[in-house]
Amino acid sequence: MVNSGDTAFILIASALVLLMIPGLALFYGGLARQKNAGSTIMYSFATIGIVGVVWVLWGYTLAFGPDIGGFIGGLDNFGLAGVSASEGATPDAKIPAQAFMIFQGMFAIITPALITGAFAERMKFSAFVVFTTLWVTIVYAPVAHWVWADGGWLLGLGALDFAGGTVVHINSGVAALAAALILGPRLGFGRQAMEPHNLPLVVLGAGLLWFGWFGFNAGSALSAGGDAVNAFVVTNTAACAGIIGWVGMSWIFSKKPSIIGAASGAVAGLVAITPASGFVGAMPSIIIGIGAGVMCFGAIQLLIKLKVDDALSVWGVHGIGGTWGAIATGIFVGIGYGGLADGVTRLEQIGIQLIAIGATWAWAFAVTAIILLAIKFTIGLRVSESAEEIGLDLSEHGEPAYRL
Amino acid sequence: MKKVEAIIRPEKFNAVKEALVEGGFVGLNTVSVTGRGAQRGIVHQGRSGQSIAIDMLPKTKMELVVGDGDAERVCEIIIEAARTGEIGDGKIFISNVEEVIRVRTGERGETAL
Repeated sequence: MVNSGDTAFILIASALVLLMIPGLALFYGGLARQKNAGSTIMYSFATIGIVGVVWVLWGYTLAFGPDIGGFIGGLDNFGLAGVSASEGATPDAKIPAQAFMIFQGMFAIITPALITGAFAERMKFSAFVVFTTLWVTIVYAPVAHWVWADGGWLLGLGALDFAGGTVVHINSGVAALAAALILGPRLGFGRQAMEPHNLPLVVLGAGLLWFGWFGFNAGSALSAGGDAVNAFVVTNTAACAGIIGWVGMSWIFSKKPSIIGAASGAVAGLVAITPASGFVGAMPSIIIGIGAGVMCFGAIQLLIKLKVDDALSVWGVHGIGGTWGAIATGIFVGIGYGGLADGVTRLEQIGIQLIAIGATWAWAFAVTAIILLAIKFTIGLRVSESAEEIGLDLSEHGEPAYRL
Repeated sequence: MKKVEAIIRPEKFNAVKEALVEGGFVGLNTVSVTGRGAQRGIVHQGRSGQSIAIDMLPKTKMELVVGDGDAERVCEIIIEAARTGEIGDGKIFISNVEEVIRVRTGERGETAL
């Protein structure tokens, strides 16, 4: 039964999730070099424009339209046909179908925006536009369907993903790895210092992400009740623990407690708690958050050693943080909140989580690679070397980030 | 001793710096400047596509003080690394330096370089 309380909660949660994307733009913009600050911000902000339209046209129906073989939704809801603003999609839904649609739309926007950190500072804007449109259509929509839609095969299997550990974070993080490998490193990678140009922007962006994440995780309860409250509490706790984990690692291994590490640690904790936020209590969330800070820190060091240029560490934070979160959901489900599904042992649940993780890794990596290679051999992926040296703000957009 | 002041494209600074290190010239100072040459700048776009004339362009000015015999070599390295062939590649100024003193030890002359 649709009610005003839950509907109001979901509309506000949707607005909170939207705010994550400008927050992400600032987070990434601050991590980029000054000559690419504007273009890096533009990737995220332009994603809102592209995916916001794609979603109401064909994205929503591909993800949540009538199930076809557990794999994808049908086109019945193309252009929001039959998606009611006042009535629920099912008789027992507490919110109108369009409220669910716009909430999910914000998830569909932020996921490809997360990937942009991997190809920042070198990808042509035109290639980015084509990539984002195709990616949300043939990578995001199917995976969202598998995990969240009625009839989706991973949902049927019993995979637990409360707010998008697989759909959003593993999906974007693994796509980022494929992008980093196919685009190749930035000019001078490994030889020149590529330092974040604006630390306050990074911290402000992380703060806005954190703020919006309450809508992301608590809103995923789709109702203003106990699930939402628990998700809110564990989300905050895991983010705090993520700071402790990451700053601790930087203090031990780099001898100084890193400020950017604190911002990154909060994000890593938020990523890892995302799939678990409806299934675990506050105590496991501390372990999940600290674990995320430690593992994501290590993953970034590993990728640098392998000379892979994931410019703003999307794979390290979202790919590895998301994978850890999805496994941890199986390890800790029911401890402090919720419970295991009837007739499923903890070991079986961890096994199901691993299947969901493996399927998402494989799909995200393979299909992202195909899209990128298709673009590479048609319109091209990278800007010219001279444009890269000048910076994308001027060479691609003709607008410097700072006119001082 | 000679002071070599080179005004170059900011995006070429890393290439010039690396080339100088390869040539054995490590120490240098830089300052970000804005300036213009005979062409009076370039044009950027505004929010609604209107033109915004930028008549002072960002450049990097780098300064090295080297021994008399090294100035020519330093200039060659800078030119090779900084040249694109387009307008706006910059200029190099060479001037005499009367004395160099290392603050920490009081050493003077080329040993203080």
